[in-house]
Order: sequence, then C-alpha cells, then structure tokens
Amino acid sequence: METTILFAPLVGAILCGFGWKFLGEKAAMWTATGLLFLSCLLSWIVFFTFDGVTQQIEILRWIESGALSTDWAIRLDRMTAIMLIVVTTVSALVHLYSFGYMEHDPQWREGESYKPRFFAYLSFFTFAMLMLVTADNLVQMFFGWEGVGVASYLLIGFYYRKPSANAAAMKAFIVNRVGDFGFALGIFALFFLVDSINFDDIFAAAPTLAETQLTFLWAEWSAIEVVCVLLFIGAMGKSAQLILHTWLPDAMEGPTPVSALIHAATMVTAGVFLVCRMSPLMEFAPGATGFITVLGATTAFFAATVGLVQTDIKRVIAYSTCSQLGYMFVAAGVGMYSAAMFHLFTHAFFKALLFLGAGSVIHAMHHEQDMMNYGNLRKKIPYTFAAMMIGTLAITGVGIPLTTFGFAGFLSKDAIIESAYAGGSSYGFWLLVVAAAMTSFYSWRLILLTFYGEERGDKHTHEHAHESPMTMLVPLGVLSAGAVFAGMIWYNSFFGHTDQVAKFYGIPVAETAADGHSTSHGASGSDTVSSDGHGDDAGYADDGHGEPSSGEHHYVFAGEPGEGALYMAPDNTVLDDAHAAPKWVKLSPFIAMVLGLIVALWFYVWNPAMPGRMVENFNPLYRFLKNKWYFDEIYDAIFVKSALRLGRLLWKRGDGNTIDGFLNGMAMGVVPFFTRLAGKAQSGYIFTYAFWMVLGLAALVTWMSIGGGAH
Amino acid sequence: MDNILSIVTFVPAIAALILAVFLRGEDVAAQRNAKWGALFATTVTFLVSIGIYTGFDPANTGFQFVEEAEWFMGLKYKMGVDGISVLFVLLTTFIMPLTILASWNVEVRVKEYMIAFLLLETLMLGVFMALDLILFYLFFEAGLIPMFLIIGIWGGKERIYASFKFFLYTFLGSVLMLVAMVAMYVDAGTSDIEALMSHQFASQSFSVLGVHIVGGMQTLMFLAFFASFAVKMPMWPVHTWLPDAHVQAPTAGSVVLAAILLKMGGYGFLRFSLPMFPVGAEVLTPLVLWMSAIAIVYTSLVAMVQEDMKKLIAYSSVAHMGFVTMGIFAANQQGVDGAIFQMISHGFISAALFLCVGVIYDRMHTRDIDAYGGLVNRMPAYAMVFMLFTMANVGLPGTSGFVGEFLTLMGIFQVNTWVAAVATSGVIFSAGYALWLYRRVVFGDLIKESLKSITDMSSRERAVFTPLIVMTVLLGVYPSLVTDIIGPSTAALISNYDTALAAAEAAIQVAETH
Repeated sequence: METTILFAPLVGAILCGFGWKFLGEKAAMWTATGLLFLSCLLSWIVFFTFDGVTQQIEILRWIESGALSTDWAIRLDRMTAIMLIVVTTVSALVHLYSFGYMEHDPQWREGESYKPRFFAYLSFFTFAMLMLVTADNLVQMFFGWEGVGVASYLLIGFYYRKPSANAAAMKAFIVNRVGDFGFALGIFALFFLVDSINFDDIFAAAPTLAETQLTFLWAEWSAIEVVCVLLFIGAMGKSAQLILHTWLPDAMEGPTPVSALIHAATMVTAGVFLVCRMSPLMEFAPGATGFITVLGATTAFFAATVGLVQTDIKRVIAYSTCSQLGYMFVAAGVGMYSAAMFHLFTHAFFKALLFLGAGSVIHAMHHEQDMMNYGNLRKKIPYTFAAMMIGTLAITGVGIPLTTFGFAGFLSKDAIIESAYAGGSSYGFWLLVVAAAMTSFYSWRLILLTFYGEERGDKHTHEHAHESPMTMLVPLGVLSAGAVFAGMIWYNSFFGHTDQVAKFYGIPVAETAADGHSTSHGASGSDTVSSDGHGDDAGYADDGHGEPSSGEHHYVFAGEPGEGALYMAPDNTVLDDAHAAPKWVKLSPFIAMVLGLIVALWFYVWNPAMPGRMVENFNPLYRFLKNKWYFDEIYDAIFVKSALRLGRLLWKRGDGNTIDGFLNGMAMGVVPFFTRLAGKAQSGYIFTYAFWMVLGLAALVTWMSIGGGAH
Repeated sequence: MDNILSIVTFVPAIAALILAVFLRGEDVAAQRNAKWGALFATTVTFLVSIGIYTGFDPANTGFQFVEEAEWFMGLKYKMGVDGISVLFVLLTTFIMPLTILASWNVEVRVKEYMIAFLLLETLMLGVFMALDLILFYLFFEAGLIPMFLIIGIWGGKERIYASFKFFLYTFLGSVLMLVAMVAMYVDAGTSDIEALMSHQFASQSFSVLGVHIVGGMQTLMFLAFFASFAVKMPMWPVHTWLPDAHVQAPTAGSVVLAAILLKMGGYGFLRFSLPMFPVGAEVLTPLVLWMSAIAIVYTSLVAMVQEDMKKLIAYSSVAHMGFVTMGIFAANQQGVDGAIFQMISHGFISAALFLCVGVIYDRMHTRDIDAYGGLVNRMPAYAMVFMLFTMANVGLPGTSGFVGEFLTLMGIFQVNTWVAAVATSGVIFSAGYALWLYRRVVFGDLIKESLKSITDMSSRERAVFTPLIVMTVLLGVYPSLVTDIIGPSTAALISNYDTALAAAEAAIQVAETH
C-alpha cells in the first residue's frame, strides 16, 4: 500500500506528461488527478491504521560503495504518516483546483497545450516530496530534496515566456543549492563519523557522536554540533529561513496552485521535517538547536515586518509563510518537535486555503494581483470570501483563550509560543509574540483591502468579477474544514500530555510517582545537568495555577534515540513546562492577535488616511520594509556580480594571459615552425600523409595481432 | 571466444581498412556506403563487446580475457581487462555508433571522416585494454593523430590553431611519460603492466642539485606520468587546450573527445600512478587535490561568463573532471568508485550535451548563446532532452551525474574537509552556469526572426539521444550496474595501495635505524 502511495503520482506524471497526446488532454489530466486521489485515500488509511511501530519497506538497491550501502526504501513511522496525509491531501486538492484555475490562462496562446505539462509537473513534485518524507536514509531524502527543487524550478518557471518567471525559477534553484551545499556536507560528515547514512544507524550513534570531536575546516568541533548545523543549512534553504529566504517571494511568479502546494503547504516545510526527523541528533546538540531557535525567531519577525507593507496579494501570503516557518523552527529549536509538526500540519491546511483563496480572487479579477486594485469583493465572490475568512481566522489564531477550542492556528501557534517560553528562549518568545501581532495585522489588512472598502482599480475588471467554478470551490471547502477542525481534533496527539504525545509517536515513556507539580520538578531536578537551562521554569510553574492537571500519573519520555518517530531526551521537559506556563504567557498571543486586528481596522476602516500618513512620516522605514530589508540588492552586489566579474577575470587574465601566455611564451621557438607547417597543412598534403601513416600503423598492428594470435 | 578483446579492438580498424581500400569516389552513393559501413562496424563492435560484459566476473580482481603473444623486437602484445577498465571499453563501444549516427550530415570527405573515427575507436579501445607498457604507449599516442585530423580537417574556422594546440599539449605531456617508461623498463626489466604493478620502485628520498626529493624515484616517475595524464584529463592549469579543441571540433569530434578521450587520463592514474608509484602519489596527493578543487571552482566561474555554448560545456567538463581526480586521489573506496562512476556518467552526459549543441548548430550554424532564445516554443522535444541533461550535468539525484559527484565528495571528505568544502561549492556554481545557459537558449519568448522556422528534432536525432537518456536515468536509479562491476577491483586497488605505502614506510624506517 505504501509503495502504491509513493509511485501512483509518478505514474500519473509520466502518463500525463508523455501520454497526453495519446490519451487526450482531459483524460491525461484526470488520470494524474485520479491517481493522486488514490494516493491520498491510501495515505489516510495508513495514517489511521498505523500502529506506532516503525516499519521499513525496501524497494531497490541504490548507491553502494564499500561501507556505504543505501536502498530505495520506505520508512513508515508517525512522522512519515503525518507527512503523507499532508502532502497527498493538499496535492490532490490542488490538482482538482487546477482544472478550474488553469482553464483559460492568458499567458498562453490559442491552441497551446500547457495543461498536461502543468499536471505532470504537479504529480512529479508530489512523487519527489513523497520520496523525501518516506526516505529511510539521508541520500534518498536528498533525492527527494533535490527532486522537489527541480519540480519547484519547473513550476516557478512554468510561464517560460516571462523573463521574470525564468529569473525567479533560477534563483529558487540556485539559492536552494546553497542550502544543499550544507546538507551534502552534513551527509558526508555523518558518513565519515558513523560509516552509514541510514537513519537507524545514525540515530543509534547519536549519544556517541555527542562525545566525539571532529576536525572540520580550521578547527576541532563537537561532531554532533557540526552535523546538525550543516543539516540545518540545508533546511534553511528549503524552508526559506533568513539569509537564504530571498527565493521564496520571487517564487510567486509560478501559477497560484503551485504556490499553494509547493511554496506554502509542502516543500517549504521540508526543512522543518528534516530538523524533526533528525531529533535524535538535535537533542544532543544544544548549540545547533540554540542557533535554530534564534534564526527561526528572527525569520518569523523579519518576514512579518516585510509582510506589513506588501501590496501583491501573493507576496503577502508568501512572507506570511516564511514567517510561520520561523515559528516551526523555534519550536523544533527548543526541543518541542511535536509542536513544530503540529504547526506544520495545521499550517498546511490554512496556508493552502489562503493561497487557493487568493488564487480564486486572482481568477475572479482577471489575474490582477495588486490588492490596491481590489476592494469590496465580498458580495461578488461570497464563497471565496468565506474561505479566506476562515483561513485568516486560523492563521491569526482565533480561539477561546486558555481552552483548546479554536481554529487550527490558534492551537498550534500558541503551542509554539508556550514552548518557546518554556524552553527558556525569551528572545524567541518575545519575537514570536510581536510577530503574531504583525501576522494578525497583515492578514486582516489583506481581508480588508480585498473584500471591504471601495472598489479600486479597473472598473471593467470589477464588473466582471465572478465566483470560481466548483472544481475550485470544493478544495476550498475541504481545506476550510481542515483549518477549522485540524487543531482541535489532533491537539492531544501533538501537544497533549506526555503520554498522549508519546503514544502518538510511538515513544516509550516511563512513569514517575507524581503527586502534584512539585514532584514533577523534583523528577527533572534529578537530571541536574540539564535542569540548569530550565531553572526559571520552576519559578513560573509555581505561579501558574489552574493548569489542567496531568492526572494521577506523570510520565517522562524514556526512549532511546531512534525509538519512535521523534526522540525527546528524558530530561526534555518542555512539554510539561509549556503546559505549566503562566497565564499571561498563554494569553499573550491572543492579546497580540487582538491588537493586530484593531490596528488593521483602524488603518483600513476607521481611518483610511492613516496608512498614507504613516508612509510619509516613516518613509525610510517604509522603504526599508518595502524593499525587503534590501537583501536582494545586497546579494546581487556581493555574490552575483562579483562571481561574474571573477569569472571574467579568470577567463581573460587567468586562462588567456597567464596560462596560455606562459605556455605560448615557452613555445616561442616552436610556434613559428608550426605556423609554417600549418600553412602547408592547409594545402592538404600533410593530412593525406598523416592518413596513410595512421593507416599503415593500423595495418601493422592488425597484422601483428593476427600473426601473433596463432602462437 | 578467447580473443574477444582483439576482435572488439580491431573490427573498427579492419572496417576502416576496407573503406580505404574498396570505397572509391565522392558521390552520394559512396558517401552513403561510408556512413552505413561505419555505423555497421561500430554497431557490431558494440554488440560483440557486450560479450565482455556478460562474461566478466566482477569477483575476480585480476585481469580477464587476457591475450598474450610475442610481437616483434622482443615486444609483447598483451591485452586484458579488469574491473577498472572493462566499463571504459563498453563506454567506448557504446558511444561510437552514436557518434557515427550523429555525423550523418557530414558532406566533406565522408570516407576519410569515417575512417578517422573507426581508427580512433580501435586506438581508444587499445588504450583501455593494453597490458604492455609499449603497447599502451603506442595506442595512447597514436590516438592523437586521428583526433588531430578530425579537428584539423572537419573543424571550424580556427581549426588549425586548435588542432595544433591540442596536439602540442598532449604530445609534450607524453614525451615525459615516455622517458619515465624507459626508466621503468630499465629498473624492472619488463614492460608487462601486470608485473610492473607488483614491482616496487625505489622510494628513498634523495637530493638533486640541492633539491630534496621526497619519495625519490617514485615521485619523479609519478610526475612524468602526471604530466601526460593531467593534460589529458585535463586538469587546471593545463586545461586551456580543451575549450579551443571543443569549439573547433565537429560535433562528433567533441563527443568522442569529452566522452572517451578525456577518460584516458583518469584511467591512466588508476592503472599506473596509484598502483605503481604509491609513495610518489602520496607525496603529491595534496597538490593534486588542491588542483582539483581549484579546477572545480575556477572553471565553473569561467563557464558562467562564456558566450559560446560549446566553450561553456567544455569548461563544465573540466570542472567535472576535477571531481574525478579528486576522487582518485582520495584513495578510498568511495572516492575511487565515485571517480570511475563519474567518468562513465560524464561519458553519457557530456556526449549528450555536445550533441544538444550539435542539433541547433546544424540548423543555425552558430554556437553563440545570444543567437538563440525561446527554442522551447518550437522545439519542445529538444527542450525536454536538453533539460534532462542540464539537470544531469548539475548532478541531480536520480541521474547518473549525481552518483559520481556524491561518492567522490564523500570520499574526499574523509581525507580533507577543506578540499571537500571547496569542491562541494561546485554544486552551486554548476547550477548557476547550466541553468543560465538553458534559460538563455531555450526559455523566453521566441523573438529572433532567424529562429521562427526552426524545426524540432528529427527521428534520427531522437534515436541518437534515446540510448543516452536511458543510460543516464538507469545509472542514476540503479548505479549497482556499475558499482557491482568496479567495486571489488577498486577495493583491491586501494588495499594494494595501502599495503605498498605501509611497506615503503617500513623499509624507510629499517633503513633509518641501521
């Protein structure tokens, strides 16, 4: 069954991409879509029937060399199961959606067949992504990793006539390659240290690695820190974290369904998946995870600030994605991998929903993407409006504080913020809270600019604005359901009590005698080494009463690295600490959300002149944000231009003057002779001579071998 | 078939002889006969060579299918293959029919053209099979002549300059190798490669004119062979002949040059440098590694600014060969396996890339990148093929390009992390130049008037590409086809290398204590 899930999209891609001429356009597209729905159905079956025991399914041998032995294989555990449903569900819905969205694409001329190609790429992407999430070794993961990169490259550049699309596609691929550079080095280092790159072997070796030193480049480091940082560099590229984030906003050049599938719900979360998958290593690398936390929080903040001022509807959502990924990394960084996966899971629903909703708006508005030309659309496209509304309620985190009743984003985002606090990262906590306020602001700004207020821009476009067809509305409906309920249904599995979470992931637990919260701290206090970092926790745990008590029993994680889908060290008490966080911590994201909403209302409803005034008064800041902190300009000047300049220098000076010049100089005496010879050669004599010479030689050798063979 | 190696080697030469003797005239019929004759001969050679593959026993790390005979003046004719060379033989026989098929449009001196290629095939096969020093040298050097002629006669405008540059560079390198070969013969008293591989050449350090030479004779001999193989590879900084040669060579010439001739350098390192001069190799390994790492970055940067498609691909070839030398001199299983894999894979990928240039060169008669743009609009099949090989060229997992690059890097990481880091950055640069080339040639709107009537690939062109596509993907998904064959032989090579080094070290220690 797992094999079918994995290969159905590949078969679909091949049939659709190469077979559409024989099948017909429509049939080819339905074949690809049908196979994806099959994949999706099977994935849900796997998800619900999965019993928590990790399975390995081997398919074919792959790279083997000496100690290195890798297979094409499926590793089925809870992490895989979660990703399977995320990937196949969103992908199947996006396939369906694309029937409507790609129907009349103004980028193409009459009679051009672009749709089968689009569907083939989508299916191919899904296959690569499934390869990534089902991998049981790092090389296969790298295959999926680069495979989704190619699919992303092809889809961003889908409108190949547009120079901007081509540029964006290249940028995405190359920036990702910078991340892959780190990822690859991480794999090499792991192989060097462990002599294997299969997950089981790596995980089992994690405790040893923590005590190993590795000489890497100029110094000797803790082996596990080096490996984790290198792998995280890969994650930074794929998940568009700060420094390597510049490709994601440009990737919006691709058709909107692509943005929903690849650049929101699935591919960009691969980095988070990698970090969580590597949790047995990460748990032993406090330096690397500290770095992950800081970078994730900074990205969440940075992207939110840029999102405040963008006017392209897709770019707002793109920066929002970038920011939300930062949240997930913070959770992983503080050791709460389950919360990261939770947010990854819910985010897939509501972000795909927002993108597809935006696509529906764009479709209605004849491919106009500037929000400044929208306005008052709620009556013209009511279903899209409802869907976008649900998406916004989910992303901004609306729910009833201090309960587990709310939209998906409310539960998962708050889980992360509480974890950040409990994990002892006040930097992460505060930045995330501020980012939550900004998230709320730009999300509501999007809604207000698009669906409320006056009609702006081209009148004709507004008059012809129309609701999208059913193929587009059905996916919106399904995703809306996910955005509403996904958080509430799976809250306990992802972020419940230790034993619930452990059961979900198949992690063994140990029971400790528990008669209240003081004992639980006593338990963690026995690990004196690690409890230093959590020293403050005890303080606020005492302040926070009214917490849902963990019941009569108290559990701690007790797995060995590699047991279960995630590894959380026995001294990792972030989950308990997060539940025990003080009330003001738990309320803070909600307050931030309300603040953001109020400011948005103030700016765009109560006092619409406000944004203009702000731009005037804070012009340098506005320009700084509008230009995305000038990352692109800086990179272009430092890397792109200087690489080209250096290339030219090496070519003309290096190859031309120095090497050729030197060797020609050496051959000064020889050259005139050959020039004369060359003169003669052109007349043809030399070549005829040479011919017979070669022929003679060949004849001689032939004769010798035949004659010699007789002995 | 006891002498299958000789049969495979000399079928093309015999075909060349037949063409030379019996084919007369320059008319269309004669041209057609020459083409079909050459295609037939190379195809037969390939089919026969499959027997070598099926009959080959990977577990046996010695030479197989060995043929030995007395030649003249006490020289020996000895041929054989082991796990290291057998795949190069197959690569050669596989590529040659495709190059003939790709040359269907040649109109000038067709007969001579086909003869040159057939002879070239014999000589290249000889290089990979020869087990006698003199025989090897003969094949190695004689191979220059047909290639020299192919560039010089059927090449582009500046073919004379390019062909002489090619000839001089490679020839001067080989002269030093000949000197070393004579020295080896004098020292060991045999020219048998198998015997030489187990002969220990002196490795005591000594001083000449105040220069202290670590590793003694071995280092000097290593350097002499290195001169020849490094030029052939080509390694930075003796690579500048390659872009010129490629640019001027006809398409099929470029294909053979990139796919097979360059591999002789790498093969030479594995056959001679590592097994015969282990101490010399060890002494100079840091130099070679850094030359490789510099080559990867340097030539990738240069490739980025090229305006001529062929030059760009030529520079990319140099970068890819950098991975090969790096892997070989990592001298561990992953490194050497990766190097051989990379050479085989590069044989398919570079051949395909030069053929891709050939397809549009045949139509537009220019290799200027600026002359193209938007080809995807009229040539979708071409765009797809070119995309596949562009991705293979940047080492995308799932294509054969990945496996070699990955293994060599994995190998080098165990030896030197600095070199590994510098070389790994090549994956970024390769994406840069390859995708940019593709974007400028294939993507975009088709605006240029001259391209408005360009046609997609013909069925002959598709037939040329199909085997290359199959091999590139097949080896990417199931590399065991290669690694199973080479694995035991490389393992033996490395263990011999390590043993020889240990023995030499022990000998020196003994000498010092006395």
